[in-house]
Amino acid sequence: MIADAQIEGRVWTFGDNVDTDAIVPGKYLVHDLPEIAKHVMEGIRPDLASRLERGDIIVGGNNFGTGSSREMAPRGLQAAGVSAVIAKSFARIFFRNCINVGLAPVECADSGLIEEGQRVLIDLAAGIVTIVDTGQKLEAMPLPYEVGEILTAGGMENYLAAKFTGAQS
Amino acid sequence: MGMTVTEKIIARAAHRDSVEPDEILWVDVDLAMMHDSSGPRRIWPALERLEMGIWDPDKIVLVCDHYVPANTIAAAEILQTTRKFADAFGIKRFHEADGIAHTLMVEKGYAQPGMMYLGSDSHTCTAGVMGCLALGVGSTDMLGIVTTGQTWLRVPHSIRVQVDGELSTGVTAKDLILTIIGDKGMDGGLYRVLEFGGPAIDAMSMQERSVLTNMCAEIGAKTGIIPSDGVTVKHLAALGVDAGEGPTSDSDAVYEQVWNYNATDVAPVVARPNRHDDVIPISSLGEPAVTRAYIGSCTGAKYEDLAMAASVLRGRHVAETVLLQIAPASREALQQAMDDGTAQVLMEAGAHFLSTGCGACPGIGAGILAAGEVSISTTNRNFRGRMGSPESSLYLGSPYSVAAAAVAGKIIDPREMMGDSP
Repeated sequence: MIADAQIEGRVWTFGDNVDTDAIVPGKYLVHDLPEIAKHVMEGIRPDLASRLERGDIIVGGNNFGTGSSREMAPRGLQAAGVSAVIAKSFARIFFRNCINVGLAPVECADSGLIEEGQRVLIDLAAGIVTIVDTGQKLEAMPLPYEVGEILTAGGMENYLAAKFTGAQS
Repeated sequence: MGMTVTEKIIARAAHRDSVEPDEILWVDVDLAMMHDSSGPRRIWPALERLEMGIWDPDKIVLVCDHYVPANTIAAAEILQTTRKFADAFGIKRFHEADGIAHTLMVEKGYAQPGMMYLGSDSHTCTAGVMGCLALGVGSTDMLGIVTTGQTWLRVPHSIRVQVDGELSTGVTAKDLILTIIGDKGMDGGLYRVLEFGGPAIDAMSMQERSVLTNMCAEIGAKTGIIPSDGVTVKHLAALGVDAGEGPTSDSDAVYEQVWNYNATDVAPVVARPNRHDDVIPISSLGEPAVTRAYIGSCTGAKYEDLAMAASVLRGRHVAETVLLQIAPASREALQQAMDDGTAQVLMEAGAHFLSTGCGACPGIGAGILAAGEVSISTTNRNFRGRMGSPESSLYLGSPYSVAAAAVAGKIIDPREMMGDSP
C-alpha cells in the first residue's frame, strides 16, 4: 500500500509559500474534479496542468499549501497525475488533506537541493528521498504511525471503511 | 509542570491528565462546523458509500456562506444539497445567508470556552477568541469527525503573544495582527498555537479580539486562542449561555517562544498586493490610488467594523473614482448597523451594500475584481487572484483605512480623517 510503496517520478519545482489559491483558484471550486485537474497551479504556473504526466512529483519550499482548507488542492493535483508532494514544510491543513485523500506529503528539509526535471525515488517507510539522477540521498520526516495508517489505507474514506464497515470502499 | 490552555483542552479531549507538545493523540470533538463549500457536497457521497450515519447532529453547525446568494445554477445546487443534508440528518443549527460561519460561531455563542472545536475551513481559528481550541481541517477530515466524533492531532507548541500598552485612536486589531504577520512572515507560526494576552488584549472587545485569532491562519499557525475572561463570560451571558469560566494557562506553563509587542507603537498599516506578510505603515506607502474599496469577510465586516468605517465616512462621500462595497459579516451585524444609524451613514456616503456571506473575499461571490483594478479590503488574504483577476491588485487594511481610501481615492493614513468632522 501507499505508505510502504516506493514512489518514483519526474520533478516540478516551486518556491516557498505556494498557496491553495495558486494550486486551485477559488473560481474553479464550483466545478467537479476532472475540470479542476485541468487548472492546477494555474495561479502560479498556468502551463503546468497541460504538461503534467502521471506519476510526476511536485517539490516546494517552506509552508507548501498555505491558505484555504480546500481539499481540492491535493485532490486536484492527484487527479492531474501527481503522485507525491515534497516540501521543506507544509501548511498543516494541506498536509492533513494530503493524508486524507491518499496523496503522500513528504517533509524534507533539503527539498531545495532537488532540481526541476530530475527524477526522485521516495521511500516513505524509511524516510529517504533519493535523487535518481545523482544518487544523492536526502532525509525525510517519517510519518507518525497514526498518520501512516490512514495514508496506507489510501486515505480517510478507505480507513473508515476498513475500521467501521469491514470493507474497502 | 504547568500546562497551557491548549494543552489542558487537548488533555481533557484525549482523556489524559496531561499532554506534551509533539505527542500525537486521538481526541473527542465537542463541536464541528461545515459550510456549503466544504461540507455536504463533499462528504455526503462518501457517507453513502460507507453507509455510515453522523455521530451527533446536535454537535454540528452547518452554514451556507460561500455560495450565497447563488449566482450560477451550480451554486444553487450546492446550496440545495446543503439544505437537504441539514434536513436528512436533523441538523438544527443550520444557517443559510445568516452570516459567515466564523462570525456566527462567536455571535451565536456556539463556540464556548474549553471546547475542542473542529471546522472544515482555514479560518475556523477565529473561534479561538472564545477560549476554545478551534482547529481548521479539510472536507475528508470532517468526514471522519462527523462519522466518529473523533480526530487525531499533534499537540502543538504554544507561542505567547504578549501585547502591552494600548491601541491609539484610529489603530485597530487589524493593524496589530498585520504588524505581527509582517514581522514574523506568513509561516512564522507554522504548527504552533498563538496564545494572546496582555493589557492591550484585555482592553479589546470580543469582535476586535476575533480579528487576531481569525488571522492566525495568515501566519501559518495551527490556531490562535485567547483564554476566556470577563469579556468572554459577559458576551456569553448576554446570549443566555452560562458556559463557566473555561480553562486558562498555568503560571508555570511552558511556551516555546514569547513574542512581545506594544500596542502603543502600532500605526495604521496595509499588506501590499500578493503577500499578506508584505506589511508597511501607510505613512511610508506613497499614497497609491485605488479604484475599489471592500468591507467584507469574517475578518472585517462585523458590526464594529461597519461602525469604524462609518466614523470616517460620516459627512463625507466616496470618491467618484472608487466603488465602495460592503458585505456585512452577518444579518445581526447589518441589523445592529441599521438600528443605530450606522448603515444610514454608510449609504449616505455612497457605499453599496451586498448580501452577507463570504462574498468577494475568496473570489467566489459578488464584487470581484477585473484586471488592472486596485482594491483595498478589510479581508484577510491577498494571494494573487484571490479576489478576482490575477492581474488585479489587493491591499489589506483596517475598516478605518478602507473607508479613508474610499473617500480620498488613494490609501492615506485614516487618522487624517478622524476627530473633527469635515
